[in-house]
Amino acid sequence: MAKTRYAPDRGLIARMGLTMFLLGLVFVAFILVLYLVLSAAHASGAAIVFFPILLALVLGFGSFYWSDKIALRTAQAVIVGPQDGPQAAQLHGVVDRICALADMPKPRVAIAPSRMPNAFATGRNSKMAVICATSSLLDGRLNEQELEGVLAHEMSHVAHKDVAVMTIASFIGIVAALLVRFAFYSELFGGGGGRGRGGNSNNGGALPVVLIVLVVGIVVYAISFLLIRLLSRYRELSADRSGALLTGQPSALASALQKVSGDMARIPTKDLRAAEPLNAFYFAPAFARGGAGASLSALFSTHPSLDRRLKELAKISDQLAR
Amino acid sequence: MGFLDTLLGRTKPVQPKLDALFALPSAAITLEAAAGFKPTGAGSVCFRAAEGRAFSEIEKDVRQLLDMGAGTTPVEVTTDSYSYTWLVCHHSGDDVEALVTDLHAVNSSLVDGGFGPQLLCTLVAFRDDSGRRLAIVYLFKRGTFYPFAPLDGERRDNALELQVRGQLGSDLKIEPDLSRWFPVWGAPGL
Repeated sequence: MAKTRYAPDRGLIARMGLTMFLLGLVFVAFILVLYLVLSAAHASGAAIVFFPILLALVLGFGSFYWSDKIALRTAQAVIVGPQDGPQAAQLHGVVDRICALADMPKPRVAIAPSRMPNAFATGRNSKMAVICATSSLLDGRLNEQELEGVLAHEMSHVAHKDVAVMTIASFIGIVAALLVRFAFYSELFGGGGGRGRGGNSNNGGALPVVLIVLVVGIVVYAISFLLIRLLSRYRELSADRSGALLTGQPSALASALQKVSGDMARIPTKDLRAAEPLNAFYFAPAFARGGAGASLSALFSTHPSLDRRLKELAKISDQLAR
Repeated sequence: MGFLDTLLGRTKPVQPKLDALFALPSAAITLEAAAGFKPTGAGSVCFRAAEGRAFSEIEKDVRQLLDMGAGTTPVEVTTDSYSYTWLVCHHSGDDVEALVTDLHAVNSSLVDGGFGPQLLCTLVAFRDDSGRRLAIVYLFKRGTFYPFAPLDGERRDNALELQVRGQLGSDLKIEPDLSRWFPVWGAPGL
């Protein structure tokens, strides 16, 4: 057996496993509480639960199935071939080599016109995967090694099937959010109309059910939101790690991160707002807060802090040198 | 990658397959007989240098090892525009076996040092009487070969590549997925 320098980050793996377990637990508890509440009352609330779940299934499946098209459309990216100009040729060359190193099928390659140096990976499986770099990532401000580090990070997202994992993880959040909205409107209109007719005895049972569903939905949404963001940050860290080990150049990835994050601060706000929906799939968050709310925003952030990422990369660099 | 590896987001680096390389000498004979392509005697190993002292030590040892070999010109070390390192060995044209032995020495040194995942490809250069260039590229992670025939101006002679694929099919394991036949423009020694 060949000697290997690969050492899995057990701490990260354990924390990620725990996060996913907790998400599953919240989901099961959510369903159980809803079931108990509804069966204790009349079946009148069933529609409030049934439609959000159905709608969430449709929404979740749609955004997963067409993830490549949606993301490319949002970023106004164009799929390019190796012959489509020097930037495309360079991008293809780097991706070709990463694929050969990692023994992965080659994804499609796209370029998005943007003044933000960034990259993202999307697509429902490795066959439909697209790696997209923004044009300013390729305009020479990163050297070859840094560019390769960024793309190796994105290829790791593809290898880890992060689009699928995050879609499944977000499902519970979508259900809870829709449920809250449905329950809120049904109380607003259904409850209000009932009182107007003066049917107090009829509504006495139904109104608390809607209220309980509303509260449960809000609580579940808040918890799952935090857990999903936590999971997203762990996925970023493991993509950093796999990417750095793949190229053998953690420091190049670290310096790319510094350059990209540094440039982020100087981007006009209009671009930032336009890029916000894509945030979860970007190499570096295009939309980040700082200052007084920093610790709170760290909790809500899709990406780990720059310091954290640099620290983890320094550890890998140390491992490789020994 | 297994289900659990995907779920937990861990990728194990892929170890290279080395032994298939020894099929090259017989393939070279077939290629000369069937298509008139003779080995130029140049061959190279391409790898992604890792940062840190451990890797640079191993790289230095490999160079010394190859330079000690009798009757060869010293190895050339070049870095391409994607910052991959190429070690180029030269032998006389008819001695593909010695060339493959040298290339294998590089590969096994890197693997022994724990840097097997850094290996990208190995390339042996051929040329025919009319001066057409051809490389047989070995993909370490796949354990497969593919032909690469560059023309002037970053174009490939796809017809020649497919012709060579047919001729070498029984000697070498040719990469079946054409999208993995990536071009190695300006590869040293080609």
